[in-house]
Amino acid sequence: MAKPATLKDHYRETRIFRSRALAATAIVVVAMLVLVIRLFYLQVYQHETYSTKADSNRISKHPIAPNRGLIFDRNGVLLADNQPTYSVSIIKELAGDIDQTIEDIGNLITLKEGTTKRFKKRLSQRRRPFSEVPLRYRLNEEEIAKLSVNLHNMPGVSIEASLVRSYPYKSSLAHAIGYVGRINEREIKKVNANNYSATEHIGKTGVERFYEDQLHGQVGYQTVETNARGKITRVLDREAPTPGDNLHLYLDWATQQAAIKAIGDRRGAAIAIDPNTGGVLAFVSMPAFDANLFVTGIDYKSYQGLQGSRARPLFNRGIQGQYPPGSTIKPIVAIAGVEKGATNWERKIYDPGWYKLENDDHLYRDWKKYGHGMVDLDKAIMRSCDTYFYELAHNLGIDNIHDFMAPFGFGTRTHIDLVSEKPGILPSRFWKKATKSQPWYPGETLIAGIGQGYMLATPLQLAVSTAILANRGKIIAPRMVKSIEADGYIEDLATPEKNDDIILKDPLNWEKAIAGMEKVVHHPRGTAHKLAKGIQYKMAGKSGTAQVFTIKQDEKYDASKISEWHRDHALFVAFAPIDNPTIAVAVIIENGGGGGSNAGPVARAMVDAYLLPQLANANTTPSSQEKP
Amino acid sequence: MIRNDFQRQFRSHNSPVTRRTSLLQAIHLDPSLLGGLLLLLTAGLFVLYSASGESMPMVMRQLTRIVVGLIVMMFMAQISPNSYKRWSPWLYVIGIGLLIGVLVIGTQAKGAQRWLPLPGGVRFQPSEVMKLIVPMMVSWYLAERALPPQWKPVVASCVLILIPTLLIAKQPDLGTSLLIASSGIFALFLSGLRWRVIGGFAIALIPIATGAWFLMRDYQKQRVLTFLDPERDPWGTGWNIIQSKTAIGSGGLNGKGWLNGTQAHLDFLPESHTDFIIAVMAEEFGLVGVCSLLILYFAIIGRGIYIAMNAQDTYSRLLAGSITLTFFVYIFVNIGMVSGLLPVVGVPLPFVSYGGTSIVTLFAGFGILMSVQTHRKLLSR
Repeated sequence: MAKPATLKDHYRETRIFRSRALAATAIVVVAMLVLVIRLFYLQVYQHETYSTKADSNRISKHPIAPNRGLIFDRNGVLLADNQPTYSVSIIKELAGDIDQTIEDIGNLITLKEGTTKRFKKRLSQRRRPFSEVPLRYRLNEEEIAKLSVNLHNMPGVSIEASLVRSYPYKSSLAHAIGYVGRINEREIKKVNANNYSATEHIGKTGVERFYEDQLHGQVGYQTVETNARGKITRVLDREAPTPGDNLHLYLDWATQQAAIKAIGDRRGAAIAIDPNTGGVLAFVSMPAFDANLFVTGIDYKSYQGLQGSRARPLFNRGIQGQYPPGSTIKPIVAIAGVEKGATNWERKIYDPGWYKLENDDHLYRDWKKYGHGMVDLDKAIMRSCDTYFYELAHNLGIDNIHDFMAPFGFGTRTHIDLVSEKPGILPSRFWKKATKSQPWYPGETLIAGIGQGYMLATPLQLAVSTAILANRGKIIAPRMVKSIEADGYIEDLATPEKNDDIILKDPLNWEKAIAGMEKVVHHPRGTAHKLAKGIQYKMAGKSGTAQVFTIKQDEKYDASKISEWHRDHALFVAFAPIDNPTIAVAVIIENGGGGGSNAGPVARAMVDAYLLPQLANANTTPSSQEKP
Repeated sequence: MIRNDFQRQFRSHNSPVTRRTSLLQAIHLDPSLLGGLLLLLTAGLFVLYSASGESMPMVMRQLTRIVVGLIVMMFMAQISPNSYKRWSPWLYVIGIGLLIGVLVIGTQAKGAQRWLPLPGGVRFQPSEVMKLIVPMMVSWYLAERALPPQWKPVVASCVLILIPTLLIAKQPDLGTSLLIASSGIFALFLSGLRWRVIGGFAIALIPIATGAWFLMRDYQKQRVLTFLDPERDPWGTGWNIIQSKTAIGSGGLNGKGWLNGTQAHLDFLPESHTDFIIAVMAEEFGLVGVCSLLILYFAIIGRGIYIAMNAQDTYSRLLAGSITLTFFVYIFVNIGMVSGLLPVVGVPLPFVSYGGTSIVTLFAGFGILMSVQTHRKLLSR
C-alpha cells in the first residue's frame, strides 16, 4: 500500500450503494413489469389462440371402422362372419429402432420372413402418424400371454383385438362369396378415403367385391384426448359407425355342399339357378382355396402354390371358365330347327355314323361309330345323335343358329352380381369376320350345331340357358344376392333389367324339346338313363362331351391312351321338376370323359339336395322354407 | 443523514418489540426472509405435485432437498460476514482450481462435463458454489478499494469474473456461467461503477456477442435460432417453447385449476417439473397465480435489498446486494425463457423447479443474506 489512490469515504460509499440499490430495485420493477406484460399478452390477449392450440394438441378425431355386413344363405345359414382376432401392432413413432423391436417380438413369437416383409411394406404406405401398424395376425392364447408379459419392455408395441372376416366354410364358397383382403393403395383411391379411414379390408372378389358398398357400412368417429405420445387418455365423444348391410343370398348351402361332395377331387364347376327368380342356388368351382388365407394376408409360398398349381384353384370356372358347350345345346338347336322350318318333329333321317357335306371328303363323325339308324328329332335329343344335328345345322345355317341362341344368353355376359365374368363365344359370320377376318366355312356350321368349334360358354351361361329353357322362354337374369338387410329390415333387391322373353311361333316346341330331355334321363335308352335310378321327380337333362383334343380322322378316341389333360370335358345340364321347374343346373367336369355318366350324377345330387327336402315338406306341412 | 442512520438503528435494535423476536435472531435467522421463503416453497411443492404428474415420491424427494437446504441455510447464517470476507480470496482460488479440475477429470452427463467425482460415489458440482464465491471475491476485492472503483479495479474485477465464467461456459453450462457473470457484475454495479462505463460495456457487448456466436456449441446456436423463430423447427428444438407458450396462453386469466392443466398432464410440455415448471403454474393458476408468485418473489427480493442497504460494511452490502439481484436474474431468465422472451437457457425457477444442487446453493445464498442481517453490531463502524 505504497500509494493509496483515494481514502475510503464510508458515507460516500453508503450513499453510492443506496442510490445503486434503488436503481437496481427500479430495474427489478421494470423487468418484473416486462414479465407481467408478456404474461398478460400470452394469457389474456392471445388466450383464445393458445386455448385452441392446446385443445388441438390433445383432442383428435379417430375413425372407427364399421363392422362388415354378414352374408347368409337363403335359409339363414351364416356364410361370412366377423370373428375377433388378436394381432400385434407397432406404432413406429414410439418404437424407436423398428428392426430391434421386430427382433424382440420375433424372440417371443414366430415371425416368418414374409410377415416382416409385408409389415415393412404396410409401414411405407400412407397412414396416420401414431397409428398402429399390424405386424402379425391371429395370435393364439400362448402368444398373447408371452407378448403381454413383455409389452412394458417394448415401447410402441400393442396387442389389438379386431373383428376380422371369417369364412366358416373355408374353401366351399371361395368362388361364390369371394374374399376380403387388405386394402391396397390402388383400391383406396377408388373408394371414399374418409369412409375407409379405419378400414383394413376390402372385398377383393365375388360377392364381397360386388357388394362392397353395401357390406362396408359407414365409418364412425370418436373424439379422444391423446397425450403427446399419441396415446388415448380419454374418449370425449363418440359417433358410432353404421355397420354394413347384411346380405341374404339365393344360395342354398345344402345344394352347394352336395355339388362340392359330388365333384369330389375332380376339377369342374357346378351352378344351380332357380328359373323363377334367376337366383343362384349353388355356385361351385373346384378346386378352390381357403378364403380365410387371404383375409389377413397370405404368405408368399402359399400364394405361389395356389397360383402355380396346374389345377388352377384361384380360377373361377363358374364365370371365367369358357368351355365348348357340346351336346348340351342340342335341345335349343332342335327348337331353332323346328321354328325356322329346317326340320320338324316327324322327320326322320338315316344315320350311318357320319355326315358328309357335298364337295367335301371330310367325314363328320357321330359319337357312335356305326350310327343310330333311323333317327327323328326326339330320338336325336335322347340319344344325342350328332349326325342329325350336323344335318340340321347345315340346313339352318350359322346365322340362324346364332340368332336363335343369342337370347338364351350365349356370347354375352349374364351380368350376374359377381366380378370378372367372361362372355363366351357365340360364333356367326359377322363374329368370324370381325375377330378373325376370315369367311365362314360350311363345315364350321356343322361343328357349331353340336356345340363344338368356336362356340364357348361359361358354366353360368349354360345354367342360365337351361333355366330359360325350363321357363319355356321366360328370360331370367342370374343373381347371387336376394335381399339386403339394413337396420333389421330385409328388403329384396330390385330385379335387374331383362331382355324380352323368347316367344316361339309354336309354344309346343318347348314341350317337345323338353320331352326329349326327359327321355335323356327317364328313357331306358337315354344317354343319362342311369340318373333315373331311384329318382323321386321328373328331371329333364342333356349330357354333353366337349372335345379338348382333336383326334385324327381315322383314329379312335381312347381315354386310357390320352393324357388326363387332353381327355374330354364332361358336361350336363338339367332342370326339375319338369312341369314346374324350381331348379336348373349346369355341371362341367374338366377332362371328366362322358357327360352323362360323369357330370350327370353331380347334377342329380344337386337337384336331390334342393328338391327332396321341399318335396318332403310339401307332403307334411305347406312350404316353410323362409327363414324364421 | 448521520442522525437518520443513528435513529433508524436505534429504533430497530433497542426497541422492546425487536428484542422479543430475538429467538430467531439468536440463531441468526431473519423472520421476514424465512417467512417469504417458506411461503414460496409451499407454493412450489403444490405446483411440483401437479407438474410431476401427481408423483408423491418426487414431492417427497424435493421436500428432502428443501430440508437439507434449510439446514445449509441455517449453517451459513451462523458464519459472520467478517469470516466470509476473510475466506473470500482463498475460496476463490480453491474454486478456480476445482473448475480446472472438472475440465480435466470431471465426469460427463448429458453432454456436459460439470461434476467432480468424490469418494463414496457422490458427485460435486463446483460451478454451483462459484455462484456464491464469485460475488464474494468481487465484493472482497472492491471493498478494499475506494469506491466508486477506478479503472484498474474495474478491469481487475472483470478478470476475476471472466475466469470462472469462461471455465464454466466451456463445460458447457451456459445458464450457470450467465448467473455467475451477472453475480459479479452486480457487485461491480452496486459498488458504484460509473454509468458511462456501464454504457461503454453495453456497446462493447455487441461485438462480444457476435464473437460469442462463433464460440458457441451447435446446440447453443440452435437454442438461439429457435428463440428467434420457434416455428422453424416445431417438432425439434422449437417444440419446448411452442408448447410452453401454449400452456401459458391457454391458462388465461384464472387458469384451468390445479391438476387440470392438459399441456403438462398429457406430456406435451417437456421438462414440466424442472425448468419449465412456471408454464404448468401459468396453465393451472392463470395470470392471477403467476402474478401472485411474482409478488412473492418481489417481496423476497425487496427484503434482500433492504438487508443489503442496512448492512454495516461495504463487503456485506455488495455481497448481499449481488446475491439478491442474482436471485432475481434466476427468476427473470427462467420466466423470460419459458414465455418466449429469452432464448432457452438452463436456468431453474428458484425454489420451485425440481432439482438438487441449485436449490442448495440458493439456500446457502439466503443463509449469507441472513448472516449479514443478523450479525450487525450496534455502531460497528
